[in-house]
Amino acid sequence: MDIFLQQLINGLVLGSIYALVALGYTMVYGILGLINFAHGDIVMVGALVTLTVTQALAGSGLPAPVILLIAACAAIAVCILLGISMERVAYRPLRRAPRLAPLITAIGISMLLQYSAALIWGKQYMPMPELIKTDHYAVAGAQFTGLQAFIFLLACAVMAGLLWFIKTSRIGQAMRATEQNPDVAGLMGIDTNRIISFTFLLGSALGALAGVMVVLYYGLGHYFMGFMLGMKAFTAAVLGGIGNVPGAMLGGMLLGLIESLASGYIGDLTGGVLGSNYRDIFAFLVLILVLVLRPSGLMGQRVSDRA
Amino acid sequence: MLEVRGLKVAYGGINAVKGIDLDVKRGELVTLIGANGAGKTSTLKALTGLHKPISGHIYYNNNEITAQPPFRLVRQGIALVPEGRGVFARLTVEENIAMGAYSRVDREQIAADQDRVYALFPRLAERRRQLAGTLSGGEQQMLAIGRALMSRPQLLLLDEPSMGLAPLMVHKIFETIRAIAAEGVTLLLVEQNARLALEVCHRGYVMESGTITLADSATALLSNPQVRQAYLGE
Ligand SMILES: Nc1ncnc2c1ncn2[C@@H]1O[C@H](COP(=O)(O)OP(=O)(O)OP(=O)(O)O)[C@@H](O)[C@H]1O
Ligand SMILES: [Mg+2]
Repeated sequence: MDIFLQQLINGLVLGSIYALVALGYTMVYGILGLINFAHGDIVMVGALVTLTVTQALAGSGLPAPVILLIAACAAIAVCILLGISMERVAYRPLRRAPRLAPLITAIGISMLLQYSAALIWGKQYMPMPELIKTDHYAVAGAQFTGLQAFIFLLACAVMAGLLWFIKTSRIGQAMRATEQNPDVAGLMGIDTNRIISFTFLLGSALGALAGVMVVLYYGLGHYFMGFMLGMKAFTAAVLGGIGNVPGAMLGGMLLGLIESLASGYIGDLTGGVLGSNYRDIFAFLVLILVLVLRPSGLMGQRVSDRA
Repeated sequence: MLEVRGLKVAYGGINAVKGIDLDVKRGELVTLIGANGAGKTSTLKALTGLHKPISGHIYYNNNEITAQPPFRLVRQGIALVPEGRGVFARLTVEENIAMGAYSRVDREQIAADQDRVYALFPRLAERRRQLAGTLSGGEQQMLAIGRALMSRPQLLLLDEPSMGLAPLMVHKIFETIRAIAAEGVTLLLVEQNARLALEVCHRGYVMESGTITLADSATALLSNPQVRQAYLGE
């Protein structure tokens, strides 16, 4: 079996998930200059809602795709509601406050979501019912499943749609204007508060979708799963250049690839001292390297035009 | 058209505008002059809803508009060309101009107005697809004015449109301001270049550390010894 090709495939799938989550960090940062640390927990809620709905409908006799579609819609709806309320209740009153205030608030909301989830769903791992039989395909010494292909293609389609939306739609133009200068955007007739709400809506919907993918892929959910996933996606956003939408996509994919490839070879490289369970160190190694070598990220904006 | 009564603006503990009265009648050109830090920009920010005043009332077409958000005021016909131009640096010239018409839905009229802006500023037409951040200062000012016109304002507020521009460009901008006024747009012009402003406008207000110290016709202000000494450099 070709380890390189295999890890490449795994990395693209993992990267798709990171990219979707990273978009939520980057869009909110772009428009508010805020690192929404609670975003990873939105993904967790999306994942657990998906699990709950699937478990409830697993015995209903509905076809698997229909169950998954219902679960995904439920997850997206719940996450959108959470994301919009979070902005409205917690961040909006702090819009003109010193930067530290919304940051600490974000950490508070993150904990609030985690412990609420622990109360609602318990602290144990929740299993995903086996709905679809996975079919394997082989390519040049490596193999991938239909599910992997599905996750990758869906993520690519969603991201292409997002880029097109931001570039051409009226709301997309308003998002870009608000991001560049909220006061002047208001003078143009843009209701910037609605645009900010909408940004949270988009980020949360993408996060929910990532949550659905995570439970499909790993078959498990847990109230604390949003923490590590969130940190990784945040790293991906920083890698791509935080605030930059295509950057988050690129950063997510790259981070997924780095992590997969590195964990595929770490055993060989360290003579078996470190196993692939040390994969998490790579993301943070990347974060530190980016912050030291190129803090604005791969596609980051020059600082001058953010003045 | 615009009536301001007892307007006070503050930032934290700093009082920037300390209770001013100001009127602009339909079709008038009015200028507000004053030294750095007098409170001119703060006044315009309050008028356009960018900064909530701590007290006072603003009436527009006999309706109170105090502390309404900017996006509502644009829809009622108030536009501001902000201090420092405020172009969207990472949008193209074309996209900036389109943003100016964001509050409108009449597509054909928007296209026609866009052509008029390009006719007014042929330089912008040549640079349609260029990022606004790469334009020269004068071109950015043209863009800011053209963009403001795209909302079809009845009342246009301009904050130091001549700031940082070479004399030739200043001349061009003031010519444009005359042309805009000739089309029936009411103007409130904030300027450091007091002489030019008073030559173009009907009336003027002089602002000093947050209060209005003089209000008169432009010709009277131009011959006022105090004004001549303090603002016309004589
Ligand atoms: N965002 C702000 N925070 C704190 N103080 C401010 C702020 N904006 C303006 N000020 C203060 O309010 C006062 C009036 O400022 P303003 O910008 O209105 O003056 P101005 O007449 O427009 O001056 P200039 O001609 O230099 O543009 C100044 O003392 C200024 O320091
Ligand atoms: Mg000013």
